[in-house]
Amino acid sequence: MARYLLTRAWQSALTLLLSTIVVFFGVRALPGDPALALAGEDRSPEALEAIRRHYGLDQPLPVQFAQYVERMAQGDFGVSIRTGTPVSSMLTTALPVTVELAVLAILLATALGVGAGVLAAVRRGRPAEWVANGLALIGLSVPHFWLGLLAILYLSVATGLFPASGFVPILENPVDNLHHIVLPAVILGTGLAAIIMRQTRSAMLDSLSSDYVRTAKAKGLRPRAVITQHALRNSLIVVVTVVGLQLGGLISGAVVTEQIFGLPGFGKMTIDAVFQRDYPVIQAVVLLTATAYIVINFFVDLLYSVIDPRIRVTGDPA
Amino acid sequence: MTTAERAGTAATVDTPVLAVRDLSVSFPTETGTVSAVDAVSLDLAPGEIVGMVGESGCGKSVTAMSIAGLLPGSARVSGSVRLNGTELVGSRESALRRVRGKEIAYIFQEPMTSLNPVLTVGRQIGEVLQIHERMSRRAARARAVELLTLVGIPSAARRVDNYPHQLSGGMRQRVMIAMAVACGPKVLVADEPTTALDVTVQAGILQVLRDLRDRLGTSILIITHDLGVIADIADRVVVMYAGRVVERAPVTDLFAHPYHRYTAGLLSASPTPGRHAGTDRLQEIPGLVPVLSTQPDACTFADRCPAADSRCRDSAPPLEVVGAGTTDHLAACWHPCPSPRSPIEEVNR
Amino acid sequence: MTVLTVPMAETGSADITRRMRVLRRLRRNPLAVVSFVVLALAAVIALLSPWIAPYSVDQTDFARTFAPPGSPGHVLGTDDLGRDVLSRIMLGARASLQVGLLAVATSLVIGVPLGLAAGYFRAWDAVISRFTDLLLAFPFLIMAVGLAAIRGASLGNAAVAIGIAQIPGVIRVVRSDTLRLKSLDFVAAAVVDGASDLWVLARHILPNATSVILVQATVAIPAAILGEAVLSFLGLGIQPPAPSLGTMLATAQQFAARAPWAAVLPGVVIMGLALAFNVFGDALRDALDPKGDRR
Repeated sequence: MARYLLTRAWQSALTLLLSTIVVFFGVRALPGDPALALAGEDRSPEALEAIRRHYGLDQPLPVQFAQYVERMAQGDFGVSIRTGTPVSSMLTTALPVTVELAVLAILLATALGVGAGVLAAVRRGRPAEWVANGLALIGLSVPHFWLGLLAILYLSVATGLFPASGFVPILENPVDNLHHIVLPAVILGTGLAAIIMRQTRSAMLDSLSSDYVRTAKAKGLRPRAVITQHALRNSLIVVVTVVGLQLGGLISGAVVTEQIFGLPGFGKMTIDAVFQRDYPVIQAVVLLTATAYIVINFFVDLLYSVIDPRIRVTGDPA
Repeated sequence: MTTAERAGTAATVDTPVLAVRDLSVSFPTETGTVSAVDAVSLDLAPGEIVGMVGESGCGKSVTAMSIAGLLPGSARVSGSVRLNGTELVGSRESALRRVRGKEIAYIFQEPMTSLNPVLTVGRQIGEVLQIHERMSRRAARARAVELLTLVGIPSAARRVDNYPHQLSGGMRQRVMIAMAVACGPKVLVADEPTTALDVTVQAGILQVLRDLRDRLGTSILIITHDLGVIADIADRVVVMYAGRVVERAPVTDLFAHPYHRYTAGLLSASPTPGRHAGTDRLQEIPGLVPVLSTQPDACTFADRCPAADSRCRDSAPPLEVVGAGTTDHLAACWHPCPSPRSPIEEVNR
Repeated sequence: MTVLTVPMAETGSADITRRMRVLRRLRRNPLAVVSFVVLALAAVIALLSPWIAPYSVDQTDFARTFAPPGSPGHVLGTDDLGRDVLSRIMLGARASLQVGLLAVATSLVIGVPLGLAAGYFRAWDAVISRFTDLLLAFPFLIMAVGLAAIRGASLGNAAVAIGIAQIPGVIRVVRSDTLRLKSLDFVAAAVVDGASDLWVLARHILPNATSVILVQATVAIPAAILGEAVLSFLGLGIQPPAPSLGTMLATAQQFAARAPWAAVLPGVVIMGLALAFNVFGDALRDALDPKGDRR
């Protein structure tokens, strides 16, 4: 297990380093003088010179990279060109919104996806399976931002059941907060739920036809116990992988969802930054997304080793 | 105790624990019905070990699975399976569940895949006790340690917390056996229990099964394609071919004088000590077990049989007593082998 | 020559009967037939849309903005600038399919060779795995954001961003199929006969991996179509006034109060296209599954 964790930790660190290099050169590839890009409003020669010195732009590349990594590690992502506020403080207000949205979406999608997947596998060849399969195909094919639009138009605006846009921090008023975020979370979760459902279904079909499920039946277990304690437990390994891999898709989805529902999160900040050519913000967003993805997937691997004893003990992934 | 003595004692017991009568199983498929088992009858006396032998696809495993109603819902089962007089065919799922694991337990071929990879062996053994004996998890775990010791697993107290992948193939099969005998079942059905194991490990597993029979009085139905296993452990043998029982006899009688041509073929296709490897070549039975959509009124072995004639193709031979001075050697053959052993050579001339 | 006779057995006549069996299974599956017809129809309309669209996509009519569907002359109505919605949907669908194909082509061109190499050469596996991890760390939208920042937003950049994000999926399926094929006897036989690695990859492994690549492509196209819609909706994809289903939805959102119906149709078309691809992809996977015979 220790060897497995060490390998995964080393691989994650390497990926993190590589992605930092990619972003570093990406920033370099931005059109125009990076100093100009970083300068924002004040573009006097003195200011530009100060920026060059501060960011080490007059140093050789390896030195620049080392300084860059140091700054990023300290959370110094520079200052927003448009607002003049430090990017790090923008992130502290935006991130909680996105994290809450994403966590809620994952929870909803997992509950729905695993439930429907198990149902479809257990009720193989019966109407329940067709309905679940059909819904999953639609969930996979529907542009969820469009669903969001329709939900706002025909649910929020028409009935007033949910607010069409806006956000209340959870610490300020938890009920209002949930009221604002539940619809976006449902919309964001649809695609993920469909993917989880399909994977759960096929993993369950595999486990249900496995020898150990036959053994469980031969022991006289009730169907419910066979499903939950034997088949599902093995299928969960697949579900965890799927959630980890779909994290990227979820981040992409969160950006659009926030844009549609006017949630003041990370996604909205990103889109605004693209249109305002707010390079420090874009850079921070890209780097942070990559880091989050890598770190979370490392924890997914840890979770793996908890669920799957074959990894926990021998260190070999199943 | 020698095999002959055991066979003798077993045969004297009249009331069987398990009585299978005219059991037939068929499966609907896209291309039509496939008949897997046709009118199989067999008895299992208390403390008796019956071997069921045949090539793959002959219906051995389907017969085994149908005993406790473990076949998929699509299977059509008819006939009768009585456990101590209680009919199991057609009884409710909840009633069958109380039988499975408690009265009738199973051991399967692949001990690796037959154990759940994500649960400890102690948990998997304890589970049976928790459902059938209403034991607490803690008591079940303690009992699991005893059971592991019983099946010959060293340092059982430590092994109980192992996962299947941490054990060797032979140990896993011992775990399967421990799980099967946890509730002291009357009948143990072992479907190819040694096929996936090394020969040296095989002997150990068979010894464990023999011990269990001797100590707990469990009746065992052992299914195999390996006549060596049969010779080693069984009191009586049932030979199956294409879903039918073609011969049934005490083990010594069968090996001494197989009557059915298929049994004879099987015996000469396996090596036997005492036969000269150089002069007596192992005989292969030509052809394959047929897949049948309906059971024909003919001998299903006729197409592969050297002695077949028009009678074999026109009517199915009944399972009748063969040989002199015995009532428990039966064969279903119109042209039974007249003399003990070397039957194929004789037919081939 | 043995090297030639061995592959013949696997890729020659056996392959033709296999292909016929797959086609037969597809023909017997009503869902496969329906989705195929929908896709064929969409492809024909998309190809011919510049000629068969009732109006030019840029033809504005400020006297008749937001005409509802069913208006005379404009079956599906007009938009905020009085442009014909039907014409714009036809050309928008064309752009969706273009991006879908372009993105998938990008991911296959890069992903297939890398997947083959990762599965075939042990030494390359670790390196390519790190590359895959790296790509996965940049979700397609973030990739598109970066590309848009560097090179500006366009249809091409959207397709490239989506295509790059789809590379890991291609590498994964091609790699695992290569591992599977490598262990098969006919490949081992070719290696024993002294065939070079490139020969084995090109003649034995790639042809036999086509089916998984095909299935991967059919599920990647709808994902790319959805991706294009998202990017264009956000303004990171196809730029107005060029027609795109995503930008049509963005406009509809702006004018939701005046013309709520405008949000319905473009979404339905996107979903229809993606659904047809996904349904066909499922049917194809079932038809290619050798185990599918039993059920």
